[in-house]
Amino acid sequence: MSFAFYVIAALAVAGGLAAILLKNTVHCALALTVAFAGLAMMFLELDAQFAGFAQILVYVGAVAILIVFAILLTRNAETPKDGVYSKNWFVGLVIAAAVFAVLGWAVLHSMRVLPHETAVPAVTVLDIGNALMGRYVLPLEIVALLLTAALIGAVIVAMHEKERAK
Amino acid sequence: MNPLAGYLLVAALLFAIGLAGALTRRNAILVLIGIELMLNAANLNLIAFWRYGPHPEALTGMMFAIFSIAVAAAEAAVGLGLVISIYRHAKTTDLDAMNRMKG
Repeated sequence: MSFAFYVIAALAVAGGLAAILLKNTVHCALALTVAFAGLAMMFLELDAQFAGFAQILVYVGAVAILIVFAILLTRNAETPKDGVYSKNWFVGLVIAAAVFAVLGWAVLHSMRVLPHETAVPAVTVLDIGNALMGRYVLPLEIVALLLTAALIGAVIVAMHEKERAK
Repeated sequence: MNPLAGYLLVAALLFAIGLAGALTRRNAILVLIGIELMLNAANLNLIAFWRYGPHPEALTGMMFAIFSIAVAAAEAAVGLGLVISIYRHAKTTDLDAMNRMKG
């Protein structure tokens, strides 16, 4: 494992932890951006340049901004007085710890059969484009339809509802 | 340490962090943040398996991750639209306060 991996992993995990532990909601969104950027760097470290830059464009560029907009539109910017955790937070923590224990156990026990360092895959963006336009053209069209439907649906859901006569 | 195992452990840790956030926070937007973290951890697994798998030139894991990023973007847009709509209706995004199904 390279030194860069440990630095990037620490950055991503620290960003994720800060995103769910901080009290102020705006700070949480900014910490989430750090976690997204760390994951994008991890994709680059894995020689997946296209996925890394797509991650930066979509998550750091769009989803983080969308979350900040939603926080400000719902007046959540100030810290609530009566705590930020739910009543049954302990149950949630136990479930998350159990899930991590199971996943970690599975990874550590299958370490022997996992492949070791392999050659860097010779995949260019041209190959990805050819695959998207060839073998994966139907999923691509379906995703385009899904994105259109989701954006229209989001606008309709969030549109100002008319005042009904009570 | 095995390189693939390192990435898988980081992804497992991020998934657990996201799950803990989604299950313990009271604010609906923070729950969405936890869900986004979980989706990203799954993407990291897909890319890591693509990189260390036997046939990276087939691009299967990479394509799965790219489509997963697109679907997650649609999910974020719809989820935040729902949060804004609920806030307008109930004047709060506190999930503990939203405990009835009647409008």
